[in-house]
Amino acid sequence: MIRYIFSGILIFALLSTACGGQSEPSAEPAMEQTTEIAEDAGNESVPPRASASRLRVATTTSLYDTGLWSYLEPMFEEEYGVELDVLYAGTGKALEWGRRGDVDVITVHSRSREEQFVQEGYGLERVTFAYNYFLIVGSPDDPAGLEGMTPEDAFTTLMQNGEEIFVSRGDDSGTHGKEKAIWTVAGYDYEDVRTSGDWYVEGGSGMGPTLVMADEMSAYTLSDMGTFIAYRSDLDLEPVVDQGDILLNVYSVLEVTSSRNPEMAANLREFLTSETVQELIGNYGVDEYGIQLFTPCAGLDM
Amino acid sequence: MDQLLEGFRIALDMIISGDPVVFSIAFRTLMISVTATVIAALIFIPVGCLIHFNRFRGKRFLVSIIQTLFSVPTVLVGMLVFLLISRAGPLGSLGMLFSPGAIVLGEVLLIAPIIAGLTISALSGMGRDISDTALSLGAGQLQMILKVLSESRYMVLTAVLMGFGRAVSEIGVAIIVGGNISGYTRTLTTAIALGVGKGETAASIALGMILLALAMIVSVTVNTLQHSEKR
Repeated sequence: MIRYIFSGILIFALLSTACGGQSEPSAEPAMEQTTEIAEDAGNESVPPRASASRLRVATTTSLYDTGLWSYLEPMFEEEYGVELDVLYAGTGKALEWGRRGDVDVITVHSRSREEQFVQEGYGLERVTFAYNYFLIVGSPDDPAGLEGMTPEDAFTTLMQNGEEIFVSRGDDSGTHGKEKAIWTVAGYDYEDVRTSGDWYVEGGSGMGPTLVMADEMSAYTLSDMGTFIAYRSDLDLEPVVDQGDILLNVYSVLEVTSSRNPEMAANLREFLTSETVQELIGNYGVDEYGIQLFTPCAGLDM
Repeated sequence: MDQLLEGFRIALDMIISGDPVVFSIAFRTLMISVTATVIAALIFIPVGCLIHFNRFRGKRFLVSIIQTLFSVPTVLVGMLVFLLISRAGPLGSLGMLFSPGAIVLGEVLLIAPIIAGLTISALSGMGRDISDTALSLGAGQLQMILKVLSESRYMVLTAVLMGFGRAVSEIGVAIIVGGNISGYTRTLTTAIALGVGKGETAASIALGMILLALAMIVSVTVNTLQHSEKR
């Protein structure tokens, strides 16, 4: 008899946790949304287009690792009364999520691939909103003597020496794409570089972890300026090459055609390119790092 | 070493002072894994019974397949669930990707073999005398199964706890189909992975200690159960 009571209690306990567990996660965001929408009703500056669902933005890791998205996210959520889900991935993966219809908006940095994405009908329009530059960074003693070289010459030197380690993102990201473009301009076939020896390391992770890896290995790597500055205090790496037109790094926003929430996606594009937010992007990190991380450039053709 | 010690000190502070971010991540992780474990138990304990109490061709083959899947790579399950529930996939219309529900689904599939397989082992360990006695005393098939199940309850509960242990500590499913969205699908493991990459050592250690504490609770409970089984 006691055994039956025991099993009964067990089953009851399991069932009640099941119900609790299932209802909690779904009830929580729903409640948050209603309160936020209710609060926004009193805010007349921007008429919010209330929406029950969540908006998903896939962003390149550099905009995530610098903390820019964590800074902008609550502002957008408050202004438009929507839960914004920020997913970070390399440009390649972010665009793939867009192709599959799994995200509503994409913020990435690879012009040719973005234009292809729009041309194939997956995205509405490529709208630029910020830029900075890529840097080749390395340990302060600069063992390969790259300082003062053009990016192309610096890469050529690394390839010819085959001694100093270079950590590549190796993840099909925008930064990885830029690295390949520099190899091409330097006159190398990327496959040859990739397979040329132990000096070339494919990290396979985001910008932040790649910088940490390069630091641990006293290696060179190609980094966007924003992430490098945000991580600089924890790293023993210095910029060695920071001049060259090829190092330009432009971020743009794309609305995904198949979004189920196209109005809110348009809101996010407007938000990022609005005067107020452009100013915030331009000032982001200046107090903390004493240097501008991003230059606003809403809608410029670059 | 200093960095590690300093990290531990701040981590302890965070846990003692009840840091809201750390605890909301821990609570969310617990909710997701408990939900997944309960759903998996409700479905796959009966499935285990069904397999054990029926004779059919290929039964041993099926059981060995289930046992092989005990150690199925979590990223493989994550990838399969991603392809299944991505909007371009067959279940895309549910819009489940990048939600806590997606992680629950993945974890249910991940621990299903453990729960079904260990249930089968538990029942096999009981011998035929209990089922034979029950049947000879006039019990129906269902009554007999419930009787054997209740006799092996500690082992079955161990199976459930093993499943929970795997669910709470996995990262492959959570990062691929959850997406590590702050405040929504960020779990202990995905938060640690992100935190280490960002150099946020203290928070990662705090999260790691909570994860370890959860694993210890499971392991101590399993040991206690097996001890009372022997008595």
